[in-house]
Amino acid sequence: MMAKAFDEMTALGSDTRSGYELVKSWLANTPTDLLKQRQHEAELLFRRIGITFNVYGDAEGEERLIPFDIIPRILTRPEWDRLSKGLTQRVTALNMFLKDVYGKAECLRAGIIPEDLVYRNPYFRPEMLGLNLPHDIYVMIAGIDIVRVDADTFYVLEDNARTPSGVSYMLENREVMLRLFPELCSRHRIAPVENYADELLNSLKSLAPRSASGDPTVAVLTPGPFNSAFYEHSFLADKLGAELVEGRDLYVRDNVLYMRTTEGPKRVDVVYRRVDDDFIDPLSFRPDSVLGVPGLMSAYRAGNLTLANAVGTGVADDKAVYSYMPEIIRFYTGEDAILKNVPTYRCREPDAVRYVLEHIEELVVKEVDGSGGYGMLVGPKADKATCAAFREKLAAHPEKFIAQPTLALSTCPTFVGEGVAPRHVDLRPYVLTGADGVRTVPGGLTRVALKEGSLVVNSSQGGGTKDTWVIDPFRPGMASEAQTPIVIHSPEPPVVDGATPEAALQQSQSQS
Amino acid sequence: MLSRTAENIYWLSRYIERAENTARIIDAASRLAALPIGYGGSSNEWESALAATGSLPAFQSHYDFATAENVVEFLAFSSTNPSSIRNCLEVARANARAIRTALTTEMWEAINSAWLELKAQSSRGLALAGLSDFLRFVKQTSLTFDGSAYRTMLRNDAYYFSRIGVYIERADATARIIDVKYHVLLPPGAPVGGSLDYFQWSSILRSVSALTAYHWVYRENLKPWLVADLLILNAEMPRSIASCYDNLTRYLDLLARDYGRQGPSQRLSRATASKLDSAKIDEIFQSGLHEFLTELIDANNRLGATISEQYLV
Repeated sequence: MMAKAFDEMTALGSDTRSGYELVKSWLANTPTDLLKQRQHEAELLFRRIGITFNVYGDAEGEERLIPFDIIPRILTRPEWDRLSKGLTQRVTALNMFLKDVYGKAECLRAGIIPEDLVYRNPYFRPEMLGLNLPHDIYVMIAGIDIVRVDADTFYVLEDNARTPSGVSYMLENREVMLRLFPELCSRHRIAPVENYADELLNSLKSLAPRSASGDPTVAVLTPGPFNSAFYEHSFLADKLGAELVEGRDLYVRDNVLYMRTTEGPKRVDVVYRRVDDDFIDPLSFRPDSVLGVPGLMSAYRAGNLTLANAVGTGVADDKAVYSYMPEIIRFYTGEDAILKNVPTYRCREPDAVRYVLEHIEELVVKEVDGSGGYGMLVGPKADKATCAAFREKLAAHPEKFIAQPTLALSTCPTFVGEGVAPRHVDLRPYVLTGADGVRTVPGGLTRVALKEGSLVVNSSQGGGTKDTWVIDPFRPGMASEAQTPIVIHSPEPPVVDGATPEAALQQSQSQS
Repeated sequence: MLSRTAENIYWLSRYIERAENTARIIDAASRLAALPIGYGGSSNEWESALAATGSLPAFQSHYDFATAENVVEFLAFSSTNPSSIRNCLEVARANARAIRTALTTEMWEAINSAWLELKAQSSRGLALAGLSDFLRFVKQTSLTFDGSAYRTMLRNDAYYFSRIGVYIERADATARIIDVKYHVLLPPGAPVGGSLDYFQWSSILRSVSALTAYHWVYRENLKPWLVADLLILNAEMPRSIASCYDNLTRYLDLLARDYGRQGPSQRLSRATASKLDSAKIDEIFQSGLHEFLTELIDANNRLGATISEQYLV
C-alpha cells in the first residue's frame, strides 16, 4: 500500500506549514457557497477568453476547458531558490549533453550512457551532427516536471526538452486569481510571472543567427487551429508580439526562410516552433507532412535560422535517457545533481525487467517515448487483467519501458464540489536559456489530479491546474496579520430586476 | 502582416456582413409573405429571397419548390448551404480563432459569444417559431462585432482589410437585392403607387435598413426611381453602393499609403467609384437597370479577386 501523502498545507497532521498561514485562515473563514461562486466565475472567465484545449478524437468536447482550481499552491522563497538552482543546473547539463551528442560524443566514449540509447533513439537526428548552433544552445525552453514527496524531497519526474506546453495556463491562472481574489493576492508577496514572455523574447532574439539583422524577426510556428495547444500558440505569439505562422505562410529561397506578408516576403530569423521534428520539413523528415516548410532544414543547416527548440532535442528527454541524468549532470558540470531523479528501473537491463515483471502491481510503468499520461500503468491502481496485459507488452519489448516506484505525491488543498479536500499535485516550472544564461520564472504550472486518490495530473486525463505562488515566508511579526481573517466582498445584493452581477456575467457571455 | 492573417480578417468581416444581410432579407421576405395576395404577398417572395442571396441554384439542387419553411431552413440554419447564417457564423468564428491575436479581445468575445449562443440554440433545435429572435440575435452579433472593431482596433492594415471585407460584401448584397426586384422598380407597367408595388419597395428598403432614411432624404412617398437612387447612388446612405465604393477607395488608399505602393485594386475601386459619382438615376433606367447592376456586380467580383491577388496570397 502507498504511504500517506504529504500535504503541502498541513504536512502530515494538523499543523500549518510556513507560507500557508493566510490561505488556511481564508479557507476557514470563507463560506463554501462563496468559494463555489468564485469557482464558477473563474470558469466563465476562462470560457469567454477561450482558454481551451482540443482533445483528439473527441467530437463532443471539441474545445474543452482545463479545470482550474481557485486555491493557490504555495512555495516559499527558500524552497523555490533550491528548486531554481537545481533546474538551472539540470538544463545547463541538458544543453551540454546535446552539444556533445551531436558533436564530439565524449559522454559516449566515457561510457556515461550506452551508445544505442543515443544512436538508436527515435528522436536522434543525424541531420544535427556537426552543426554549430549559436552559443551551443539547443533547449531554449524547457519544462521540468517535478513532484514532491515530503518537506525536503523533490524529484524530477521527467524533462520536457522538445515543446513543453502549459505556460499559457501559468500566466492566465495568475491573471484570473488577481481578478477574483485581489485582496488575498495583495496580502501575500507573490513573485510575478508576467515577465515570462519578455524573457522568452529576449532569449530567442539573443540566439538569432549571425546572418540576421540587428533586430531579428521572431515567429511562432503552429500546426494550426486544430492542434490541442492552439490557444497557447496564439497566446504566446500575442505576448511576444510575433506573427503566428503556419507552414503554408513560410517558404525557403536560397537557404533563407521567408513569410508571405501583405507587403511581400519578409525574412524570418528565429522560429519558436510548436511543430514536432517529424513534421517540420517534408524534404528532410516525414514527406507526407503538410504542417512544415519544405527546405526549412537547409536554411537551418546553412546557419540562417534559429529553431527553438533545436531539432533533435528529444534525445535528451527520452524517459530511458532520463534515468542517466544524475551521471550526465556530474559528467558535464562536475557537481552532484541538486534535484534528484525518481529511482528508475531501466527495463532494457535484464535484472531490472525481471524485478519489474515480478513487482508490477507496486510500480508505475511508462513507455520511454510516451507523453501526456498515455501508455502508462499505475500498478497499485490497476486491476489484475490490466497488469497482466501490461506484463505481456513489457516482456515483448522491455527496452520500450521504464518503471518507477509509486510515489506518494504531495497533496494540496483543492476545492472539489462541496468543499476543500487534499488532491495530488505536480509542478512544471519553465526554464529559459538565452545567450546570457539560464532563467527560471518563479513558480510554474501546478497540475492537480482532481479525482480523489488519482495520481494522473495530465490535462488530457482529467487533471486540472492551480496558480502557483512563490512567496516570502511570513515573518514572526507578521503572524498576527496572517491570522486576521480575509473578508471577500460578496457581490452587491441584487440591484435591478433581481439581476446579480454574477447573473449578468453569465448572461453576457452565453445563455446556455 | 501575414497574408493569411489579412485574408482571414477580410473573410471574417465578409461572413459577418453576409450573415446580417441574409438575416435582413429573410426578415423582409417574411413580412411580405405575411401580406394578403392583393397587397403584394405571394409565394414568390421566398424565391426572390433566395435569388437576392445568390443561393437559388444551390437551393434548387436540394428542394423542389420554395416554401417559407424550407427557404428559412436553407438560408438560416442549413449546414448544406455554405452561405447559411449558421455557416457564416461558424466560418467567421473558425477564421477568428485562427488569427485571434490579430483581433482585439472585444472582437473575439463578440464572435465567440455568438458562436457559443448558436451552439446552445442548435442543441435546443432551431425552428421557425424562434425565427424573429434568431434574426435579431444575428443583427445584434453583427452590430457588436462591427462596433468592437470600430472602437477597439488599431487603425492599421488589419483594420483596413476588415473594412474592405465589409464593403465588398455589402456592395454585392445591395446590388443583388435591387437586381432581384428591378422589375418592380421599372417605371411603366402596373399603376405606380399601387399597393402591390408600395409594399415591394418598402420591403427592399427594409431589407437594407433604409426605410426611415428614405423619408429623411427625399421627404416624399415611396417612388421607385428614388428607391433605386438612394440605394445605388446616394453616398450618404451607408448601405448604398456609392457609399461602399467611397469607403473601398478610402481604405484601399490608406493601405497603399502605408505600404507605399498603389496597385490594380486601387485603380479598379476608383474607376467604379467615379462611375457611380457621375451616374444619374434616370440615365441608368434608360440604358437598363438590370444591365447596370450586372456590370456592377461583375466589377465588384473583379475587385474582390484583385484584392486577393494583390495582398492575400
